[in-house]
Amino acid sequence: MQRLVLLGLAILGLGSWFLGFQADPTRSLYGYLFAFVSVLTIPLGCMVFVLIQHLTRAGWSVLVRRIAEFGMATVPLFAVLFLPIALLGHDLFPWSHVEHLDENLIKKMPYLNMKFFMIRAAMYFVVWTGIAVWFYRKSLAQDANPNVTRQLWKWSTLGIVLFALSTSFASFDWLMSLQPHWYSTVFGVYFFAGCFLAGLAFMSLALMRTSIPLKPDHYHDLGKLLFGFTVFWAYIGFSQFMLYWYANIPEETEFYMRRLEDGWQSISWALLFTNFFIPFFVIMSRHAKRNKKVFAFGCLWILCAHFLDIYWLVMPTSGDEHWINFLPYDLGALLGILALFMVAFNWIMKGQSMIPKGDPRLKESLAFENY
Amino acid sequence: MLKNYGLIAEYESPHAICEASKRVRDAGYQKWDACTPFPVHGLDKAMGLKDSVLPWFVLVAGITGCALISWLMIWVAAYDYPLNIGGKPTWSVPAFVPPAFEVTILFSSLMAVFGMFALCGLPRLHHPLFHSKKFERVTDDKFFIVIEAQDALFDLEKTKDLLNQTHPVSIELVEEQL
Repeated sequence: MQRLVLLGLAILGLGSWFLGFQADPTRSLYGYLFAFVSVLTIPLGCMVFVLIQHLTRAGWSVLVRRIAEFGMATVPLFAVLFLPIALLGHDLFPWSHVEHLDENLIKKMPYLNMKFFMIRAAMYFVVWTGIAVWFYRKSLAQDANPNVTRQLWKWSTLGIVLFALSTSFASFDWLMSLQPHWYSTVFGVYFFAGCFLAGLAFMSLALMRTSIPLKPDHYHDLGKLLFGFTVFWAYIGFSQFMLYWYANIPEETEFYMRRLEDGWQSISWALLFTNFFIPFFVIMSRHAKRNKKVFAFGCLWILCAHFLDIYWLVMPTSGDEHWINFLPYDLGALLGILALFMVAFNWIMKGQSMIPKGDPRLKESLAFENY
Repeated sequence: MLKNYGLIAEYESPHAICEASKRVRDAGYQKWDACTPFPVHGLDKAMGLKDSVLPWFVLVAGITGCALISWLMIWVAAYDYPLNIGGKPTWSVPAFVPPAFEVTILFSSLMAVFGMFALCGLPRLHHPLFHSKKFERVTDDKFFIVIEAQDALFDLEKTKDLLNQTHPVSIELVEEQL
């Protein structure tokens, strides 16, 4: 039943996006890219969560780990969803218009060209799928054989390095290169902060709907991470902004200039509050993190605010001054891909043990208490 | 002249002192404390301690720090001695953010440390408990409950009975010089 509803929403969402596609193919592709990246950040956030738990040999998180594993295992779906971008990417990325390139972009051609772009995208999906499938399978194997734990610990080291590189470069390719003259050395970190926020918020919300014997202490810890990464996101975002504002060099300020005109300035200002001040004060208190309703509200807020952040990264580059007219189609794409993600997530979760039974630290997690 | 400071009871393990603390708490004592060589998880609850007021002090200090430094920067940079720096307006909020952030943290952390000192009654040069030879091992491997004579419920015999019921290793009466 639930699956039918989700599939219905997916058809509804992608269908309404397709109406926009017929009206203005180029413009609607930006909407698709926004929706694709927004939802992709959820499994990526789950993935880095799983890797960090193995890397640090964390005890508290054993009970919440499986949800993150289900989340990251949906990554192959996104390889399929990437196809429209791969096929029609020429419309999205200005650097692909080889005949119109200026001197600077010609110098960037060894990296920014369609062939290498495709090879890199394929590599990202190979790496992500590899990490997701390997760590998910091994975690299931751990249920029967606790000795697998050592392998999980050992390979999480390589996994986290590959994850960091692939995620950073994916953000350069799919988001930063939309304005190919512009560059930011901190962009990958900014994107990663968003990924982690999306992953944590999704995990917390999903956990509330399961029967895993969690204590308020587990939500409290997830909330601490969410709070920390909310501040981290603002810190990174502001670091990037302040340096460009101070130096005031045209090729660097281009990114912010575009986002301070044509109505985009309202989103730029809103982000400061939706992604920092509001979540900061909502989940700051210990009592808020331990109260299911308040915490659920905080997570939902952070997830939506994160989608707004990606919207703000992608959409101003579409060159559209009447962006608000196209908003329903963009949201349609988001709804559609989100629903497809949920279908995949539920399908993977079905019939699996919700708890890593074989983990040697399961007892520690069951008795976990935040003092 | 000597005056009773209070009774101290010695325990061997974190578990023993937690169990003992619960009984002292349930007996209704107010002026008492548990002293341990390291932080014992769950002791707060066993002692029935309320949430500390320190976070509120820290919040106020943080807001104060943020407001003070913002006032300083704006007054200096935009009113008292305006300088043209890189052609930026004198009221340049982005430039004010890092100091505002840093001073907020500075005030908060100083308040956290010194507020904790103040709430603990520190610094002080002497404490009556230093008279007890046994108590020296509180920084090593022993756990102590101290019930002060000032407590309204304190009665030498009855309090001793209560402490005896908690299976301490030893009980000692500590006196202080008047």
